[in-house]
Amino acid sequence: MARGYDVAVIGGGLVGGAIAYGLARVGRRTVLFDEGDVAYRASRGNFGLVWVQGKGLGLAPYGNWTQTAARRWPELARMLKEDSGIDASLEQPGGFHICLSADELESRVTALTKLIHQAGFDQYAFEVLDRKALSARVAGIGPDVVGATYCALDGHCNPLRLLRALHAAFLKRGGEYLPQHKAERVERRGEDFLVHTGGREIRAKQVVLAAGLGNAALGPPIGLRGQVRPQRGQVIVLERVRPFLAYPMATIRQTDEGTVLIGDSQEEGGFDESLKISISAVQAERALRIFPGLRDVRVNRTWTALRVMSPDGFPIYEQSASQPGAFLVTCHSGVTLAGAHALDLAPRIAAGNLGADMQPFSAERLG
Amino acid sequence: MKRLTDVLSSGVPVAIDGKPFVARVGDSVAATLLAAGVRACRTTPVSGAARGPYCMMGVCFDCLVTVDGRPNQQGCLVPVREGMRIERQSGARIAIDRPQDQP
Repeated sequence: MARGYDVAVIGGGLVGGAIAYGLARVGRRTVLFDEGDVAYRASRGNFGLVWVQGKGLGLAPYGNWTQTAARRWPELARMLKEDSGIDASLEQPGGFHICLSADELESRVTALTKLIHQAGFDQYAFEVLDRKALSARVAGIGPDVVGATYCALDGHCNPLRLLRALHAAFLKRGGEYLPQHKAERVERRGEDFLVHTGGREIRAKQVVLAAGLGNAALGPPIGLRGQVRPQRGQVIVLERVRPFLAYPMATIRQTDEGTVLIGDSQEEGGFDESLKISISAVQAERALRIFPGLRDVRVNRTWTALRVMSPDGFPIYEQSASQPGAFLVTCHSGVTLAGAHALDLAPRIAAGNLGADMQPFSAERLG
Repeated sequence: MKRLTDVLSSGVPVAIDGKPFVARVGDSVAATLLAAGVRACRTTPVSGAARGPYCMMGVCFDCLVTVDGRPNQQGCLVPVREGMRIERQSGARIAIDRPQDQP
């Protein structure tokens, strides 16, 4: 028997989880489809930054949206703690982008200056620190470090706990979670949408595609184009050490439990999820130039994950023109944007209208 | 902790937390600790709970100790050697000192 929901969210990662939680909070009867461990789970492999600095060059509204999201995060963390009992370990002390040569620092400052002076950009302050100023704030900085940029809006969290908290809080708010349910196809049926899964059909008034790389195949039948490609990222996980790093950095952070993570590689390689040691070597070498004291600290594990990249790297938020009520959401910053997805985007979806200010995120810009 | 059989083998002098102890040839560091009556060899980095040798086969990581100055060595996988300095460890190892944390 087909069951009726207000909204079906396809994709149980950080993006789908945050939207589903936001919908359940505003009283929508929501069902969340999660394919299972066979999916390319970007949400299980990310680095955990809540990052603002540097984002939005080429699309000012994205920079503004990212700032909104970072400001929304404390409220999301508080709500998740209340609804799920799980602490997502949010800390927003500001973050550093480290530069290992004068050229790197110069081009970094040029890019940030250009970024915040774009038309329509909500300007924020960033600091430029030389080696000495940086060393006064961060212990253990190596001699190769020339300087850094700092933005007070940056932070980090525990992304695995965030995912668990979103699912738990969603259930607490009355949502229905369907694990091991791949949405094979979505189609319009009368006033509703039908989601086909394992021989069953599940009916909902609205549908949100948040299936990451799966959006590409799910979108076209309901008038949505999910133009995304995989971009590989690798992370190195060191053993736990006594807390030494109070700030997240673009490529290194220390978790609240002491683990040191080295990340932020970006490689184009299709759906190849295998680890490239040559990439790990570059990551490790740069990390050791930043913190020589990590030299003898052992690597516990490494992993790769596939980012979900649109052609221009910016998120896509869109309601289908031909099949209103069907939405597509895709981005590669499911952690940073979680607060905005749960607290700003979900109510707009519930209202059936994303709003004129979201127009810049439409897939129309991609031609 | 007692040995089931009293096999004759030569002694290996080591130091456990600076105190001399005679280990046995062929024993692991973890076995040496148990023979010396050390039940807890470390405290965990997050909660500070005490931990000691448990699986004795390289899986549980509960027997982490500092061996000859190298922290986080799996005691059950390291054969004891003459003159070895074995130290219990407290919490996470220090990689980089943060001066403002010093009392």
